[in-house]
Amino acid sequence: MSDEPPVVARGLVKRYGDVVAVDDVDLTVEAGDVYGYLGPNGAGKTTSLRMLLGLIRPTSGTAHLFGRDPLVDGARALDGVAGFVEGPRFYPYLSGRKNLELLADYDGRGARLRIDEVLDLVELRDRARHRVGGYSHGMRQRLGIAASLIRDPRLLLLDEPATGLDPAGMRDMRDLVRRLAGEGITVLLSSHLLAEVEELCNRVAIIRKGRILYEGSLARLLETASESYRLRALEPERARLLCLAQSGLDDVVLDGDEVVFRAGEQAVADLSVALGQARIPFTALVPSTTSLEELFLGMTEGEPDERPAEAVA
Amino acid sequence: MGGVVKVYRWELAKLAAQKRTYLGVGAAILVPIAFVVALVLQKGAGPTDVPLGRTLRDTGLATPFVVLFFLSIWGLPLITALVAGDIVASETHNGTLKTILTRSRERGQVFAGKVLASLTYMVVAVFAMGAVALVAGTIAWGLHPLTSLSGTRVPVGHGVVLLLETLGIYTVALAGVAAFGLMLSTVTRNSAASVVGTLMFALLMQLLGVLPGTESIRPYLLGTQFDAWHGFLRTPADWAPVVRALWVCTLYIGIPLFAGYLVFLRRDVAGE
Repeated sequence: MSDEPPVVARGLVKRYGDVVAVDDVDLTVEAGDVYGYLGPNGAGKTTSLRMLLGLIRPTSGTAHLFGRDPLVDGARALDGVAGFVEGPRFYPYLSGRKNLELLADYDGRGARLRIDEVLDLVELRDRARHRVGGYSHGMRQRLGIAASLIRDPRLLLLDEPATGLDPAGMRDMRDLVRRLAGEGITVLLSSHLLAEVEELCNRVAIIRKGRILYEGSLARLLETASESYRLRALEPERARLLCLAQSGLDDVVLDGDEVVFRAGEQAVADLSVALGQARIPFTALVPSTTSLEELFLGMTEGEPDERPAEAVA
Repeated sequence: MGGVVKVYRWELAKLAAQKRTYLGVGAAILVPIAFVVALVLQKGAGPTDVPLGRTLRDTGLATPFVVLFFLSIWGLPLITALVAGDIVASETHNGTLKTILTRSRERGQVFAGKVLASLTYMVVAVFAMGAVALVAGTIAWGLHPLTSLSGTRVPVGHGVVLLLETLGIYTVALAGVAAFGLMLSTVTRNSAASVVGTLMFALLMQLLGVLPGTESIRPYLLGTQFDAWHGFLRTPADWAPVVRALWVCTLYIGIPLFAGYLVFLRRDVAGE
């Protein structure tokens, strides 16, 4: 057992010609973390994970898993590490079980003995005899988890594990990740869904256009994202003027027939009273959930000191 | 070493689960059968312009040599290319390279397993062709002594030994095609391009050998080594082309395999 952190990446850069896919990325995942790697599609998440797994060579920078560098130590660097990038892929002409047996033999160390157990865990036992070519997307995703778990990993790297799943499948996948984390497996999970990361992760890194915008605890991140509210009133223009006059409300704008603004909870409570006193009927006054995109905008346009200086340099 | 064996066994299992394997070995088995059936139905003289063609109807022992002569030009190179050109590229196509390269096997072990499996398939195809041709020829014309290219009579037992030696040295030459296919399969990441490119390479090597003005390099072309086995059919056996085939083929096998190995070790596995 190594005391080194599960993931330490420093200054990772990957260039494809003129395109910089990953630009000076630092990541640190500590043992026991459920670490969310958050960013829109094409931000460089998958490329980063490929570098961690030794599938592609960084243009510069280093990646260490439990202190081992895949480029130096080869397959040994992946001891105790499992996962997949860009969706798990299998041999379509072999059965699910045969695929797992193949990978178990590639792994050694009793991986074969865990096959039945993990097939039960991902609820694929009944279909394991069928060829993977006939599997649905969700089944392949679950087989991917199974293939990772037969390695008995201490670190799981999952690239958008819930993508393309139906709502029930997404829920099952998240339950599974939560359960695995509960068993002490460190998880690094990439996602473009804020809700998913919010639900599962304790620490996050946010990447955009190959650069890390934020790395740290999720709680701290959400504090920095100021709450935005939507007000639906019968007389939108009067409502907007009232909002402008209220203290504690910022960025008041009319969006269709709704007034949108940023405010703290107390200011919103005061506003509801003011609306009543001004006899402006309203049907809704709700916090609008901060979307990832809004969060990004907030981060890229916000005060520079909200971000770690080295990450924006 | 144990790691390579594990990869090799699974590569064989994968080949056994794929249609193209049966297409290749099936062709190697069906061609001699079709050849014998056609000659039996045709009744006339055998092909007179190929080694042993004149004596084809005298003994089934001549059949595998004549079939090999015809298949050696493009049939067996194509059968070889079918798997060698595909075995790395298909991983790209299926997106499975990342699946197997994130386990506990080194890239070198994976590549070695694939090389061994491709060569095994090639050997199986060549020897299956020889065995089926021998059986089909024997059923048609009986098993009698063979007349060598020098005109001497070769007893059946020695003839079978000559056949094994012939298939063996031909396989070494064919491994040059397989090695080139493996390299293309690794570099192009495209199965169809690799199969076609490998066949083109085999044909070009033979074409170069018949062009005027290539006499000086002819002994060192891969295509020339395809005919090295003719030396076994002389009395006494002419070992010069066989020995030359062995060392020339070592280069044709070693260089592309080493190049493919280096590319495989260093390549970025992205988007596949």
